[in-house]
Amino acid sequence: MTTATVPLPAGPLRSASTFFYRRPAFYLALLLVPPLLWFGTVYLGSLLALLANSFYAIDEFTAKIVYVPTLATLTQVVTQPAHRDIIFRTLLMAVTVTMACAVIALPIATYMARYASVRMKALFYVGVMLPMWMSYLVKVYAWRLILAKQGILSWLLDSVGLNGALDTLLQTPGIGGPSLSSSYIGMFIVFVYMWLPYMILPLAAALERVPESLLQASADLGARPGQTFRNVILPLALPGLAAGSVFTFSLTLGDYIIPSVVGAPGYFIGMMVYQQQGTAGNIPLAAAFSVVPIVLIVMYLSLAKRAGAFDAL
Amino acid sequence: MPAIEFRDVSRFYGDVRAVDRVSLSIAPGEFFAMLGPSGSGKTTCLRLVAGFETPDNGTVLLDGKDVTAQPPYERDVNTVFQDYALFPHMSVLENVAYGLRVRGRPRAEQRSRAQEMLELVKLGSMGDRRPAQLSGGQRQRVSLARALINQPRVLLLDEPLGALDLKLREEMQIELRNLQRRLGITFVFVTHDQGEALSMADRVAVFNQGRIEQLDTPRALYTRPATPFVARFVGGANVAEGELAQRLSGSPAAFAVRAENVRVVERGASQNWRAIPFRSLPNLQEAMSCSGTVVDFQYHGATSRWQVKLDSGEMFSASSIEAENASSPSPGAAVTLLWSRTDAVPLVGWAVTEREWRANSAKPNDSRSEPGEA
Repeated sequence: MTTATVPLPAGPLRSASTFFYRRPAFYLALLLVPPLLWFGTVYLGSLLALLANSFYAIDEFTAKIVYVPTLATLTQVVTQPAHRDIIFRTLLMAVTVTMACAVIALPIATYMARYASVRMKALFYVGVMLPMWMSYLVKVYAWRLILAKQGILSWLLDSVGLNGALDTLLQTPGIGGPSLSSSYIGMFIVFVYMWLPYMILPLAAALERVPESLLQASADLGARPGQTFRNVILPLALPGLAAGSVFTFSLTLGDYIIPSVVGAPGYFIGMMVYQQQGTAGNIPLAAAFSVVPIVLIVMYLSLAKRAGAFDAL
Repeated sequence: MPAIEFRDVSRFYGDVRAVDRVSLSIAPGEFFAMLGPSGSGKTTCLRLVAGFETPDNGTVLLDGKDVTAQPPYERDVNTVFQDYALFPHMSVLENVAYGLRVRGRPRAEQRSRAQEMLELVKLGSMGDRRPAQLSGGQRQRVSLARALINQPRVLLLDEPLGALDLKLREEMQIELRNLQRRLGITFVFVTHDQGEALSMADRVAVFNQGRIEQLDTPRALYTRPATPFVARFVGGANVAEGELAQRLSGSPAAFAVRAENVRVVERGASQNWRAIPFRSLPNLQEAMSCSGTVVDFQYHGATSRWQVKLDSGEMFSASSIEAENASSPSPGAAVTLLWSRTDAVPLVGWAVTEREWRANSAKPNDSRSEPGEA
């Protein structure tokens, strides 16, 4: 019996493929150089240029930038009480929003990763991502209407007789206000709503990678479900939790639209950056303020690393 | 009192009867194997003992106590998982100590007991490593140490040697057997490898399609299979049923004959078949014979094996330990197969059931008794 080999088609595309196949380093360089050029010069370069501005200061009288390196602007950011308030307020909001997102996302992600049928899982993924496909501004203004004094939420609470509870909540000193849409509570609700998908998705991905047999082994060795959660599920989900919290934390630290559309009059870091580089024209101060989230996130990541969040990676 | 007892246990997945009205009892200190092809229900039975599955019908008892509704963490049973299931974020020592940790034992006791267990599986110096830094065989031992630290009355092993290479597997078989003798606890071992089941277990339950085909000692299973399935799966035997059985033995009752009892004699060759050096040819008056054509010959070293297509169409196999002879029949040769009538094992149909086994066995706890040969 004879078997004929099926002839391979020849052509320039084929010889080009062979050329690249034989020179993997060249091929890799061809793939990576354009994006690295973009990332390196345009993206990182402009970021560094902005940050470099934080080492200059503005002349108080002429309102012009003095191009002499100084730490005055950066010191001003951390020493002036008004500026420190802004940093503290933003940090507190970012921490509470991150914690709330984690608490809400964990059961949802657990359901998606472990219990949902294929159909339900697809439905949940689409459901979680759907809000991310809509305009950011539309969502923020929609929330402002929902939370407004005559808004749908107060109407709903009114009709079930819970407006007393809302009023009590709004009278809480520090976080209350005349209405939900002009209080820190309202701002917190909108932040949590906006960033929740960024917490659910990495968390679900991390939980999906935990093999069922580990949970069975834990139960087999005598661990009650709560112990299995603390000793096995949570440590293995930590990298996902860390990834998600970096999103929620940094997005809250840098956002300026939500605090200006919904919430109390207190300034946030993002608003400060926006205002200083725009109307005030104080580029060095704006740059100094944008250093703050970067420093905070680096601190947060090193704390998370020390706590063992990335040990299971 | 049996260490484990199943009473009419069934587990369905939709229309699939994964476990179909299984009853069995396993004596304390017994090394019990559940043998069967994949999907035969053996692993589901193990998971029913561990508590990862709940039966749809029937009762599971441990030490005479009904545990059907108990979750795994309430059962005095531990499992060695097929994929080892070691916790990747804990050190080897922490993995082993886990059972004591969740029971709230003092830290010092956790460490010293875990270290003891690691010494038992000869990994005393590996406590600080991560599971990812160990070889497959070492992970296997860690998994064993972890499952034994709570001193369970029953240890369940789910195809624990499946991922190891042949040499390591044989070493672990001996080690597991010795460990079981030393600790005296009940081992329930799931495997699809009949050699493993035969060489290690006191008794073997052969599973097929969610039911136990035969529950017996290894020797009885091999020499006296009760069903065609057991004859083929455990002994690799030839099975004659219906018409073929009628033609060969004069009766339609099914029987099995193991390959090593079948002699192959080349036909039509000039030489006298008596001259072919098979160890002993059966007495012709007491022999069964049939003719066919060799379709394949496999040399295995210690033995050689022929696949022969009978003239009536069935496939039979024959094996010999004396096939060094170059003139052994090769593919295409017309051959006669011969075997002694005494080597034809009648297949009685569905096996000795658990209840019968207990009724017939004088000492139910003596797992070494062989009812099949009584």
